Amino acid sequence: MIGRIHSLETMGTVDGPGVRMVLFLQGCPMRCAYCHNPDTWDAQQGKNITIEEVWEQFERNQSFYKNGGLTVTGGEALMQLPFVIELFSFFRERGIHTCLDTSGIYFEESQREEYEKLMAVTSLVILDLKEIDDDKHIALTGQSNKQILKFARFIDEHNVPIWVRHVVVPTITDNADRWYRLGFFAGSLKNLETIDCLPYHVMGTAKYKEMGIAYRLEGIPPASKALAARASQVVLEGIKAYRRQWWSALAPAQESAV
Amino acid sequence: MQNTAWKGFITGVWDKAIDVRDFIQRNYNPYVGDDSFLAGPTDRTLKLWQEVLRLYEEEKEKGGVIDADTDIATSVSSHGPGYIIKELEQIVGLQTDKPLKRAMFPYGGLRTAKSALQEYGFEMDAQLEDFFKKHRKTHNDGVFDVYTPEMRAARSAHIITGLPDAYSRGRIIGDYRRVALYGIDRLIEEKEKDFAITMGDMTATIIRDREEIRDQIRSLKELKAMAASYGFYISQPAKDVKEAIQWLYFGYLGAIKEQNGAAMSIGRNTVFLDIYAERDLKEGRYTEEEIQEMVDHFIMKLRMVRFARIIEYNNLFTGDPVWTTESIGGMGSDGRPLVSKMSFRYLHTLTNLGPAPEPNLTVLWSPRLPDGFKRFCAKLSIQTSSIQYENDELMRPNSGDDYAIACCVSPMRIGKEMQFFGARCNLAKCLLYAINGGVDEKLKKQVGPKYRPITSEYLDFDEVMERFDDMMEWLAGVYVNALNIIHYMHDKYAYEKLEMALHDRKVTRWFATGIAGLSVVADSLSAIKYAKVKPIRDENGVAVDFEITGDFPKYGNDDDRVDDLAAFVVSAFMNKIRKHPTYRESVPTMSLLTITSNVVYGNATGSTPDGRKQGTPFAPGANPMHGRDSHGAVSSMASVAKIPWRDASDGISNTFSIIPDALGKNGETMVRMSDLDIDLDLDAVLQSDMPTGLPVNNENLACREPNVSISEKEDK
Repeated sequence: MIGRIHSLETMGTVDGPGVRMVLFLQGCPMRCAYCHNPDTWDAQQGKNITIEEVWEQFERNQSFYKNGGLTVTGGEALMQLPFVIELFSFFRERGIHTCLDTSGIYFEESQREEYEKLMAVTSLVILDLKEIDDDKHIALTGQSNKQILKFARFIDEHNVPIWVRHVVVPTITDNADRWYRLGFFAGSLKNLETIDCLPYHVMGTAKYKEMGIAYRLEGIPPASKALAARASQVVLEGIKAYRRQWWSALAPAQESAV
Repeated sequence: MQNTAWKGFITGVWDKAIDVRDFIQRNYNPYVGDDSFLAGPTDRTLKLWQEVLRLYEEEKEKGGVIDADTDIATSVSSHGPGYIIKELEQIVGLQTDKPLKRAMFPYGGLRTAKSALQEYGFEMDAQLEDFFKKHRKTHNDGVFDVYTPEMRAARSAHIITGLPDAYSRGRIIGDYRRVALYGIDRLIEEKEKDFAITMGDMTATIIRDREEIRDQIRSLKELKAMAASYGFYISQPAKDVKEAIQWLYFGYLGAIKEQNGAAMSIGRNTVFLDIYAERDLKEGRYTEEEIQEMVDHFIMKLRMVRFARIIEYNNLFTGDPVWTTESIGGMGSDGRPLVSKMSFRYLHTLTNLGPAPEPNLTVLWSPRLPDGFKRFCAKLSIQTSSIQYENDELMRPNSGDDYAIACCVSPMRIGKEMQFFGARCNLAKCLLYAINGGVDEKLKKQVGPKYRPITSEYLDFDEVMERFDDMMEWLAGVYVNALNIIHYMHDKYAYEKLEMALHDRKVTRWFATGIAGLSVVADSLSAIKYAKVKPIRDENGVAVDFEITGDFPKYGNDDDRVDDLAAFVVSAFMNKIRKHPTYRESVPTMSLLTITSNVVYGNATGSTPDGRKQGTPFAPGANPMHGRDSHGAVSSMASVAKIPWRDASDGISNTFSIIPDALGKNGETMVRMSDLDIDLDLDAVLQSDMPTGLPVNNENLACREPNVSISEKEDK
């Protein structure tokens, strides 16, 4: 099967555990204001690659990846769902850790069967929660977050570990209340493993100039690490709040069980 | 006396003959714990280090040199004792009578020594200069007496560069541990035995060997005298860890008083010294804090090693490096890690004194090293960017488990192998000579043999390869023969008496060659093979630029089509080197390791068929050309890893920089690693983004693994 990729990075160290091969798939329906890879949007661009070719690249340097694995990101990886399923199946059959880095935007109940196949061969999902508030989400990305949150539940139901990622953009997403709510939602995912709040950076702006697209966040400064750290804390508070609530609801049942 | 010094040590071979490795293997215990035992700097250390920092400042203000000798030709015992602040120093000894004051080394070359002084505003004493001119020939004089016109031309055209023909070759590591373990008297005794059996028909070889042993013995006696001037009597073995460090340092100090070699590495000492430290800790002689203090003061001394060098030399090496390389870690042949608490203490100086490029702390990396040590190294690398890594798995099969790195990559069995350092030749230029029929593209002069130049409109791969092969044949010959002259003369006029006194009688000598511009050559050949390359010729018919049509595979992307060309060139050139007889039956090796001088080599080389423009720096070492590796670091390293080690066993370097944020979520500084083996589980998680003041409490930690307890309960 053939996939369409933007590029292939052989040493990814921040997209999942360990050292990973990272496949950037071409094409994305989202138009996130802060996207630093606008060159991955157009599904017509990019180049073809077969699963065998990906494997060939991976296998010859497998010693680098022994604590890592394969990550598929984009663009929006799930735009090429059948390819990802087959690619992950191929890697999982060979004992390789597979990580899906996605916005979750493509999730459809009607495709439940396909997504179940995907979950069966996915070792980890990095889920990009851009905004917990739907209106804000639409303003930021051009899409509603409803399917994304549904997808989060779906992943959780299938007991696949989840890392939640959130980009902190000054004046856009730096709102403690919404961080807290994001945390409260994330806290409800029992397979949540980490929260990663990334400071917004402006390294992608050059690409916009090159491509002749207007950059919507012109003038917004990069976020400091301290701000991102604060966001992590607030999200954590939200997680704890949910967990405490959950725990207290669970506690009486515990006692009666004993 | 020996009995007290060796009390508690398990004997074996080492007590009957000189064998430091045997001593280590019988007496060390690997340390598999973490860094929690380490002690911070003492008040004395902080005060002393403040003074050193002040001296650094003063040195900078004075334009780089604080002071320099102008009338003493340095030797092991040429100077009286020198101190930083005498009453604070736990480990003593300076190269001259004052800290950071540079000694004068005229034996490598009088002119170089004189210009080194002049360039920093000092003038060589007229009488001393006159004496050397009239009565004492130097290494440099000897070499230039004998060089052929062809060698001179190759040298001035920079197709052979950086030759140690006017300075000291370096790259020899004395086994400084021997001074501590045996004491000088025993070492002299053994050398006398060596002398007695170096007999037979008095051929030039035997005569030279006998003379060298006498010189070695003389320098050991000088070393004793030098130590005595500091109030230490090193005739006998060191009795405790403090003496062991001090004795060992005296050995090294003697070497750097006598030689200003291109790299003056110190060996592999941590596990050796730890045996003493463990004994002292057990017997309550010293505390951890006291031992760390000794190490801190010792490392401080190593950070103060200075040589007077000409500015051109500093340009070649981008700075003023000494390459005081200390090799740490690695695995033993019996499977035990050669990691001790002392290995931690050495690295801990980067915290106690702050980061520094010297001494060049080099970790011999193996995936089998203890986890606590690996984590400690990773932490310090992120914090200080001051650790070099080398692949122990690659070197151990050839070099055993008691080798150390000379300079930056050359493995050497300590006390058993030495190296004739041979700089490197410029293969990118050699390729241009092949195209231009031996005419130098910059000087427009016939430097190489007058072979037919390539005159076709487009370069044909087979034709270029044929010519390149011929030109490499010529270059290898000129190169090896120039080196033979250099090492003959160095032995004759600037012999490393003390360093060789700390070697066995029969040593293996490596004849180290090197090449620069590998990635330029590989990409050029690839362009010629897979794209269309049209030389732009000047009025003399010399190709001064190249027009490339079409794309071609580039080295650094794990693409066999070009990586195989790189590997082929390395093996082909090495085989040409092997064809020639080498001085003292030394064994030829090759390195790909210009970590810094790639800029100078690039500057001296015209435009190349890979599209690199005239003057553009080469990539360092075996690195791909900057920006041409487009598939990420693993592919880039995979290309480098295809270079056959058997044909470049003196070392292959790959310089690799990455911002810590791209490696995980820790630290602020750059991480630089060579010979990388990424085996670290870098947590790409929350913890470092925690702002200070917000402690990571148990609740937070529980959140990192939130589902363990809850889901278990749910399952019920």
